[in-house]
Amino acid sequence: MTQTIRVRINGTAREHAVEPRLLLVHYLREVCGLTGTHIGCETSICGACTVLVDGKAVKSCTMLAVQADGSDVTTIEGLARNGSLHPVQEGFWECHGLQCGYCTPGMIMAGVEILQRHARPTREQIAEGLKGNLCRCTGYVHIIDAIERAAGARRAERGVGGDLKW
Amino acid sequence: MIPATFSYARPTTIDEAIALLTKHGSGAKVLAGGHSLLPAMKLRLAQPEVLIDIGRIAGLNTIAERDGRVVIGTMATHAEIESSALVARACPLLGQVAARIGDAQVRNRGTIGGSLVHADPGADFPAAILALDAELRLASPRGSRSVKAAAFFEAMMQTVVQPDELLFEITVPKTATSAAYVKSEQKASGFAICGVAAIVDAQAKTVAVGVTGVASKPYRATAVEAALRGRALTPDAVAAAAALAANGVEPLGDIHASPEYRAHLAAVNTKRAILKAVAQG
Ligand SMILES: Cc1cc2nc3c(=O)[nH]c(=O)nc-3n(C[C@H](O)[C@H](O)[C@H](O)COP(=O)(O)OP(=O)(O)OC[C@H]3O[C@@H](n4cnc5c(N)ncnc54)[C@H](O)[C@@H]3O)c2cc1C
Ligand code: FES
Repeated sequence: MTQTIRVRINGTAREHAVEPRLLLVHYLREVCGLTGTHIGCETSICGACTVLVDGKAVKSCTMLAVQADGSDVTTIEGLARNGSLHPVQEGFWECHGLQCGYCTPGMIMAGVEILQRHARPTREQIAEGLKGNLCRCTGYVHIIDAIERAAGARRAERGVGGDLKW
Repeated sequence: MIPATFSYARPTTIDEAIALLTKHGSGAKVLAGGHSLLPAMKLRLAQPEVLIDIGRIAGLNTIAERDGRVVIGTMATHAEIESSALVARACPLLGQVAARIGDAQVRNRGTIGGSLVHADPGADFPAAILALDAELRLASPRGSRSVKAAAFFEAMMQTVVQPDELLFEITVPKTATSAAYVKSEQKASGFAICGVAAIVDAQAKTVAVGVTGVASKPYRATAVEAALRGRALTPDAVAAAAALAANGVEPLGDIHASPEYRAHLAAVNTKRAILKAVAQG
């Protein structure tokens, strides 16, 4: 038995008939072909599958596609605008916030939410916001640098504060 | 990691949800935030035939003040409770506890009601709910009833909620700032190995202590409360009373902590929580 869902993904309206047991991450990757969202553990621990649902970071392996019916979903593919990287993506680029890159999409999506919550996060607030995202390469320091840089860049973009010391 | 097949219903009112629960009987399960149920279904530890998603019932996540109490809808997420200005003002203990649950993503989806009904022995909210003497309101085809927190938890992962019942709100008294939550957690998930919620009423000279993670179900540390009734809360008096924190319970032992260690943590965290609550008053 399938159920029809309508979801806006990265600004594009989509409509599909899905089985209720289909996980959101499988829907994004296999039905929509958006493979930027990764599957690490599939057990709600690693955060590689993090996407934004109605602006909130969620682990898409722990949500059913049918639960996202009517929602706005943003994946890593939806962050860049007109060919320019999102400040958090740019932060990861500039600070080399990765080694193997597997956890990166989830880290970036979690980072975007951290900046929604705290315009000027401390390193502790960034670390706390990344508690649900595991990286087995970097030791996290460059990842925190990347998000800290993005916070500075974002302030500069808006013309507030804007001290780009990191 | 794919759940077994089930059918999915999304009622828009409490009555409709109750009618669905009644119709499908024990084959049905309520789906709230899904952060306990979906992992269990992926492991096929749970294989409900019908999922009744209560996530779109209007008003079920409301946090409001009513008759001098704080009323929290069952679908209020941990994140909503953590960031609620009303909670921060009228019952800060709940906000403190919510902020310590899992991680940001878990807090965005997990709900207070789901946590209470699931009754994981390491869940955080039960400690606070017990210390606050919360009331839990349940709806069923027989009407609605109120259950006191002290009577809600029956055993490990078992509460008084019947298969055709829906928890719809939790009400707590407004409490002063003299409250604290101290937990030792399992690092990977955040679940409490021992979590202690303490509320100090300086005027009445009473202390309320809820403990989670230590035993198969959360409990009130009544021996500690009795030892401190009417007493000045000096560090020595608190430490002596806190040593009774695991009195009369059978502490759990698992790969994370032995029963002896859990009992030890119960005493240490009880002392810290009470002293922290005193300092905040
Ligand atoms: C990685 C991870 C880390 C976590 N860390 C912590 C932690 O540190 N501390 C902690 O306390 N918890 C933790 N949790 C658990 C989390 O808080 C869950 O969200 C919570 O236990 C269940 O709430 P839910 O809304 O997700 O419920 P669901 O999973 O949807 O439901 C849980 C159970 O309750 C029933 N149910 C739900 N709502 C109702 C209702 N209104 N009426 C009747 N029955 C209902 C369901 O049928 C099901 O049996 C963690 C979870 C994960 C995945
Ligand atoms: S893949 Fe979802 S949390 Fe690891």
